Amino acid sequence: MIETALSILVGIFFAVAVYLLLSKHTIRIMLGVVVLGNAANLSIFTAGRLTREVPPVIPPDLYVPEIATANPLPQALVLTAIVISFSLFAFLLVLAWRAYQDLDTDNTEEMRIAEPKADPLPPLSY
Amino acid sequence: MESASNPYGVDISQAMIVERVALADWLLVFPVALPLLAAAILVMLRSRPKLHAPIALAVIGVVLVSNVVLLSRVLDEGPFAMTMGRWLPPFGITFVADTLGVLLATTAALVALVCALFGSTSIDVTGKRYGFYPFLLLLMTGVGGSFLTGDIFNLYVWFEVFLISSFGLLILGSERAQLDGAFKYAILNLVATTLFLIATGLLYGVFGTLNMADIALKADGLREEAPLTMLATLYLVAFGMKAAAFPLHFWLPASYHTPRLVVGALFGALLTKVGIYALLRTLFLLFPEEGGALSGVIAIVAILTMIFGVIGALAQTDIRRIMGYIVISGIGIMMAGLALGDRMGLAGTVLYAVHSMLVMAALYLLVALMRKAGGTYSLSELGGLYRSHPLLAAMALLLVLSAAGLPPGSGLWPKVMLVKSALDGEGGWLAFAILLSGLMTTLALGRVFALAFWRPRVDGAVVPATPLDRSGMFALVLIMVPILWIGLYPEPVLAMADAAAASLLDPASYSLLVLPAGGGS
Amino acid sequence: MKTLILRTIAPYLSALMMIFSVFVLLRGHNDPGGGFIGGLLAASAFAIYGIASGVASARRAMRFHPMAIAGSGLAMSVLAGLASILFGVPFMTGLWAPPIPGIEFELSSVLFFDIGVYLVVLGAITSVALALEERDDE
Repeated sequence: MIETALSILVGIFFAVAVYLLLSKHTIRIMLGVVVLGNAANLSIFTAGRLTREVPPVIPPDLYVPEIATANPLPQALVLTAIVISFSLFAFLLVLAWRAYQDLDTDNTEEMRIAEPKADPLPPLSY
Repeated sequence: MESASNPYGVDISQAMIVERVALADWLLVFPVALPLLAAAILVMLRSRPKLHAPIALAVIGVVLVSNVVLLSRVLDEGPFAMTMGRWLPPFGITFVADTLGVLLATTAALVALVCALFGSTSIDVTGKRYGFYPFLLLLMTGVGGSFLTGDIFNLYVWFEVFLISSFGLLILGSERAQLDGAFKYAILNLVATTLFLIATGLLYGVFGTLNMADIALKADGLREEAPLTMLATLYLVAFGMKAAAFPLHFWLPASYHTPRLVVGALFGALLTKVGIYALLRTLFLLFPEEGGALSGVIAIVAILTMIFGVIGALAQTDIRRIMGYIVISGIGIMMAGLALGDRMGLAGTVLYAVHSMLVMAALYLLVALMRKAGGTYSLSELGGLYRSHPLLAAMALLLVLSAAGLPPGSGLWPKVMLVKSALDGEGGWLAFAILLSGLMTTLALGRVFALAFWRPRVDGAVVPATPLDRSGMFALVLIMVPILWIGLYPEPVLAMADAAAASLLDPASYSLLVLPAGGGS
Repeated sequence: MKTLILRTIAPYLSALMMIFSVFVLLRGHNDPGGGFIGGLLAASAFAIYGIASGVASARRAMRFHPMAIAGSGLAMSVLAGLASILFGVPFMTGLWAPPIPGIEFELSSVLFFDIGVYLVVLGAITSVALALEERDDE
């Protein structure tokens, strides 16, 4: 039941992320990247099976857990992914801010410094 | 060690590795551990940029030597694996030294060495202080880790490691064009790695393991019920984007010409090839049948990538941007081998990857030297370099021939193999596209050579024979050696590529290598 | 954010957070906690100090450049992993020193790895935070 609900939530997250990523403005694209990262994390979490209220902690004096516990690995994966996407996003934020300041625009269609519009068209110098 | 490893009186051999690890096995970790350590030390020495180049060169040299030793060991004694932290596979993270990974890691180390040498004079003190060498070493760590890891989530982590360091390298200099290019590069690559992460999460949901050997073992039993084709398709999209395959390649021409050219050389040589490597691993090792089912799509992507890439190159007048499109066209040729999927086709792809790493690095370095000699990147202004810099012209000619797949360069043999494999199978169109793209590459690069070297300058001025900096020329000569060696005496590398292709087509032996007991949980 | 209250309390608050971050780091040896979360706490301590007293004095308080601290942490983590080369076990194996009688503390390579992570996170996050705060000052 809860898996279905979470799957639908993941779907909504993806839809929002794609919508934002398709925007022209860098700030919306950045928000889209954040939502996309969260959608990915949530989908890993859901795909790793959900178990309620059984933390994977081995009691003292035992070497294996007594009962079936929640799977800690998807949580470890999500944690790793969060840390990585956090650091990438920190970089991206600084980059977008610098780009906005130096290029005087947050519209990606006007970001044409690297690929200037006025480039000569072929055939040229053949 | 016996008493220390067994402090609780429990039989730990069920969960942990108890055999002593041979010292020689550590060669497998050095390509990752040594550059990482060196990057850390160079970051600490950030106020003394003069020390950076010698330390970085020494460490990369050691890594290259250790990779060569590792390669010869793999060739002599066969592949081997090492699982980190003593946990038995599939629980510990495994590193695998097989011919494919080690061959590509060795080539990558060679390219990194040449670029580090080239950067020692072409990157100024500000760039060094900003962290050119630490980022380069971190990039090397990520690329080396990607080639050697046997764990799919660990592969994701290495992807992110070289992605972060590539961001740093891309904006070295903070020019406006760099910020523009870096933004597009960063967003699109981040989307690609997120797709990779999603695919890996779903894969874990299906298989309950992340060890590639274990996945390959379990795929057979799950083929009926699990959505493996969807997983394979997700990986194809994610890695196709990383590799700059046709409909997803737009980030590459938008960004690769903006950074310092030595950075462009590193990127053009290494980053897209890691995407191809990951495609080889996922589509052949993990999902061989699903990969086969996708071969039609891959063939179309391959043809479009190689043709559109080279059309882009023909349309440009900026020599840096021409090289960006040549990288894309080469990706198409490697994808052709993926579509063919037989032993000779895969060997052709592996050999082309090695060739492309060397030649693309050399071409970007050549562009840097042409700029120094001629003062501009524009083909409509360059000219007369043949008279002023004959040695550079000779190397340029060899590189043009090599990139176009003509003798005596290294590009000939992989293309011969791919075309033969395509004609033996039912890939007539692929063979035609490979030959056509070869012809068009000859035109695109021949135009560069004819205009920049043969033709006198348009304004009639005589190009001064300014001496080019020695370490830059030496770096270019250094990388020409393996290119010509593969071109003239291809047998050793050909045998390695063939062994790599054979092991790709035999997932069972890969699994046996990592999991001798025949599977964990 | 140059209020008198914040400026007065920030040094004490930062010091408290630093101590707590070390506590969390060492607690991570056997209980929830660890290098990453400890490093984040320490980084926020420096960030608060930077907000209250200016980036220049925060940098002076750190003595070393944040990236140099991160580099030293990375080196320590890698060396902690490489230490297992001496004992014939695979890379990154946790190694424990023989317990000293009377002291309830186990010295291990895992601890050094964690301290390395702490320093990496502290250095990298502080570096970003101070860079952003510097921009605000302009």
